[in-house]
Amino acid sequence: MKEAFINKLIQLAEADPKLLFLTGDLGYGMVEPFVARFPDQFMNVGVAEQNMLGLATGLAMEGHTVFAYSIGNFCTFRCLEQIRNDASYHDANVKIVSMGGGFSYGGLGITHHATEDLAVLRALPGLKVVAPSGNWEAAEATEAVAKTPGTIYLRLEKSIAPESQAPGEVFTLGKGRVIREGNDLAMLCAGGILGEAMKAADALAEQGVKTRVISLHTIKPIDTDIIVRAARETGGILTVEEHGIDGGLGSAVGEVLLDRGVHPKFFHRIALRAGFSSVVGSQAYLRAHYGLDAAAIKAVATDYLNRV
Amino acid sequence: MMTVPDKHRPTTDLARSIRRHVIKMINRGSGAHVASCLSIADLMAVLYGKVMTYDATNPKWEERDRFILSKGHAGAIVYATLAECGFFPLERLDSHYMDGSEFSGHVSHKGIPGVELSTGSLGHGLSVGVGMALAAKKAKRSNRVFVILSDGECDEGSNWEAILFAAHHKLDNVVAIVDYNKLQSIGSIQETLALEPFADKWRAFGWHVEESDGHNHESLAKVLAAAPQIGGKPTVLLAHTTKGKGVSFMENNVKWHYYPPKGAEFEQALKELEG
Repeated sequence: MKEAFINKLIQLAEADPKLLFLTGDLGYGMVEPFVARFPDQFMNVGVAEQNMLGLATGLAMEGHTVFAYSIGNFCTFRCLEQIRNDASYHDANVKIVSMGGGFSYGGLGITHHATEDLAVLRALPGLKVVAPSGNWEAAEATEAVAKTPGTIYLRLEKSIAPESQAPGEVFTLGKGRVIREGNDLAMLCAGGILGEAMKAADALAEQGVKTRVISLHTIKPIDTDIIVRAARETGGILTVEEHGIDGGLGSAVGEVLLDRGVHPKFFHRIALRAGFSSVVGSQAYLRAHYGLDAAAIKAVATDYLNRV
Repeated sequence: MMTVPDKHRPTTDLARSIRRHVIKMINRGSGAHVASCLSIADLMAVLYGKVMTYDATNPKWEERDRFILSKGHAGAIVYATLAECGFFPLERLDSHYMDGSEFSGHVSHKGIPGVELSTGSLGHGLSVGVGMALAAKKAKRSNRVFVILSDGECDEGSNWEAILFAAHHKLDNVVAIVDYNKLQSIGSIQETLALEPFADKWRAFGWHVEESDGHNHESLAKVLAAAPQIGGKPTVLLAHTTKGKGVSFMENNVKWHYYPPKGAEFEQALKELEG
């Protein structure tokens, strides 16, 4: 996903000399082609995320579009107040890009698990929150983020859901995408874990169950219409995210449904319920361990469908 | 167009006016941080009355010098200064800290011409100022960025990230000014978190250091107008100030970090600040 991001960023930097790319000393193996072509539009600001976000705000106030990059929690939690007071309150064109959504860096330990970022950043007024599921969405989201004014959080990760865009499909921030049609139930997903939902939908299809799979790549502002339709038109809602149970995609979807007075036949959030993970493992291993993989999603879906 | 409003007005007169506004504003709204405002009144008067280049009728003029109050709790004196220098009518100061007002105790930019950055949580302003300075270098503009920090604020580690960065990138268009009144929120700097040898710390980080009496207009104007003095190095001015300067009973008394002057104290403060 980060390759899709950097390749798109190179195109954007070529078109807009005021686009700047800052990193907090991370991105080895990714940033080099950008640096080679646009050395004056790149800056490694050092391991200093608070300064990076303040700096980004100052640059943005002077007319730059600034991408500020680091790993999950470093460019979000470490400098949360700079994001809130400096960037967001001033409507600055600061684009916070984190690599390592969910358990992307599962083996590196709890410091590198980004499992509360969506909830925390979603709470900040004015901030938009985007979590692409695959390379196409990541590239399209990068362009949309660059061209949309204001402060935006873009969450990248290691896992990549299979490409599935329709010919000529246009990506729009704030608009979800129906990846697969079906009315027996709907899986509303954010991030690469959409790939697990697709696998679960495949397995369910073998039993004759038709699943609507939706990518809600923009968690804020969220696509309320696509959620309401899914609740009204299908047999129930599962939300699927590689994120803690509190405050993320599932919470956002639940809020929409309650606000609209729409009651799906069932509603269940597939999310991390165990709190912090001290277990070591790859992204795939930890998904299975915490009941977030295709088999677990299928089991939950089957359980609800059998109750109806 | 480039103006410093009323260049003939003595900065001492401007300083007296903004001190009086601050006393009235904080009394009226029962606000706080009156002593923190008085501490930098002379700095503000010299910056806006003599040193900085700006156009009050065009606050976003690209070539202007930028000013950031990183110690955002002294917002009242920024508002007072901007109003005195023609950015908006003086009457607007009456709403400071009142219900429904845009003039919050900690400085806010929304709806207030001339305020570059809203602050209030310490340790934010210098990084943003450094970003503005970097942008000026990239655009080959010659404007400077002045950032006033409090001494207690230098406890915040984020400042030292910005201090490292500005020196590494040779941002000589940044001028940090420390309101060095030796008092922080509930005690002295010395007993809370000692900063000395303070000048040496800045020097060790690669900055050019100036020191001045923070209430001597001639000395402040000389140092600030000359900045940047050393090409390739950001400048810091350690302005030795007295917290509460100008009102005898507020000077060097931490109580006035919080309390608004009321009744006889209010009358006495204004009396001491008469021309």
